[in-house]
Amino acid sequence: MALGRTQAVSLLGMRGAIVEIEADISSNLPAFVLIGLPDTALNEAKDRVRAAATNSGCALPHRKITVNLSPAALPKHGSGFDLAIALASLAAAGIVRPESIDRVVHLGELGLDGRLRPLHGILPAVLAVSRAGFRTVMVPTGNVDEASLVPGVRVIGVSSLREAAIWHGARFDPRPVEPILFPPPVETSRDDGDLADVIGNEDAVEAMLVAAAGGHHVFLLGPPGAGKTMLAARLPGLLPDLGPEAALEVSSIRSLSGMPVGQTLVARPPFESPHHTATAAALLGGGSAVIRPGAAARAANGVLFLDEAPEFSGAVLDALRQPLESGVISIHRANAVAQYPGSFQLVMAANPCPCGQYGARDSDCTCGPSVRRRYLGRISGPLLDRIDIQLRVQRITSAQLRMSSERPHITTAEARERVRVARSRARERLSSTPWTLNSQTTGTWLRGEARLPSVVTVSIDRALERGGLTMRGYDRVLRVGWTLSDLDGTPTPTADHIGRALYLRKAMAS
Amino acid sequence: MAAKDDLGRRGEAIAAEHLTKSGMQLIERNWRCSQGEIDIVARAGSELVFVEVKTRSGTSFGHPLEAITTRKLARLRRLAAAWCAAHPGAAAGVRIDAIAVLLPRVGRVEIDHVERIF
Repeated sequence: MALGRTQAVSLLGMRGAIVEIEADISSNLPAFVLIGLPDTALNEAKDRVRAAATNSGCALPHRKITVNLSPAALPKHGSGFDLAIALASLAAAGIVRPESIDRVVHLGELGLDGRLRPLHGILPAVLAVSRAGFRTVMVPTGNVDEASLVPGVRVIGVSSLREAAIWHGARFDPRPVEPILFPPPVETSRDDGDLADVIGNEDAVEAMLVAAAGGHHVFLLGPPGAGKTMLAARLPGLLPDLGPEAALEVSSIRSLSGMPVGQTLVARPPFESPHHTATAAALLGGGSAVIRPGAAARAANGVLFLDEAPEFSGAVLDALRQPLESGVISIHRANAVAQYPGSFQLVMAANPCPCGQYGARDSDCTCGPSVRRRYLGRISGPLLDRIDIQLRVQRITSAQLRMSSERPHITTAEARERVRVARSRARERLSSTPWTLNSQTTGTWLRGEARLPSVVTVSIDRALERGGLTMRGYDRVLRVGWTLSDLDGTPTPTADHIGRALYLRKAMAS
Repeated sequence: MAAKDDLGRRGEAIAAEHLTKSGMQLIERNWRCSQGEIDIVARAGSELVFVEVKTRSGTSFGHPLEAITTRKLARLRRLAAAWCAAHPGAAAGVRIDAIAVLLPRVGRVEIDHVERIF
């Protein structure tokens, strides 16, 4: 019985499933049959594998080769199965040792010359290998660095099919080839800028600090030139380094999106600022055959900045509500559901009206009241409800400019340290709860177990009675109040913290 | 005579020799009818064997077996039926085999015999 069996990985979203690949050679006219729900790119593996095998000097027998990919119901796509198909066929032909390939997971696309091409999405694939309990994975030389980021898995890098066959016991002389590598990454050192660059706008700087410490979503409203974009771009710099889990998640998404991963895991939170013409598929992910991650998934564990938020289509903005609520992006298709991480921190910036001058001290707005209302009305209430900090940013005046040069500014490094301390305080305080950040706490808990004395909450209690504050708004003020208290190092928020928290959500009211 | 016909004839002779060596009785070679030609008809035990021989001098145009297409297979089947109709007699079974003969200008002759291709 001429049979070869090995494993590869099929990726769906971030999750990979082990696919078993069996090859059988039967005494019949030469043919290559691939069964088990392959897509077009995978079906072309037949021709790639035969040509690659011939050209690397380990030709497949001129018989009928049947390759089965199981589980057959799982849709499989892409060219990453080539190496496994080729080795299973070679094992069936008796050229490599079947027991050797059986224990190894193989990933890699073959070129017609028999060399192996690196793949995108190797990191999540190798993670799946590790989770499935396999200990050895064979990848193209160009993917070795990335695959080695996963702990506990032995990574074997090979440059050609011949080299892979020799590793598995084929009696060939080594024939060194030049490995195919990814083009060297273009150095794009992201310049977040320093918080000290922000002149004036102390309120806004404070708001960013609070947002970073509590993980709160932010809405910035202000005329053009007030520094909204500048502030938003500095938020990732304030966030602490990513933990091991988050770093793996961010690197996996980068790998899936075809961005360079490098030799170490990404340590800093990502920053994504999609253009306002982005579609729901561009923002959340989508695609027909292959479901690819969108900007929100790439911003997971980091900051998603939507500049000119009212210019986005309403449907696109509202599509963000689901990940904001659950922290997971689910993309549904008829045959599968892909899931990507969606725990990003949202920063939205908007002008107060189409001309941008409404409310500015130094110029007049030319928009009518209904135009103005319609403009901000594009951001739906349910979306705004999920944003804890809503702040109005003003252009700075010459007086503020003069004053600011005399006062010392907080730098990003100092701010990050304060954020780190505040976050560890919150984590300690919330250790008995499932949460680690103030932004994750629920209203029931804030008003129940963590209830503050009425002396402290008197200002918002009154606002609630008057109808100036909704119940949801009340909870948000409490949440931000707790973060302010963590930043100041007090055990519970004081009346002053609650007052400042109330101020941090006044943008839309004024 | 064209060189390719000569090559084919030599290949068929080699294939016939191979079949005799492996214990088959040759019944007929190059049987022709209006639909085409059967290269070799042989008997293996109680079975009738129709053999298609493909000869190449090299594999630069592909392996000889790759030249047997589904269309050619269908014709072989029709020819086998025609032969049986022209030669009534008992046979326990019928099968179609293919033999690839590689006749390089220099080097060893290679024979590849695939049984029951249909």
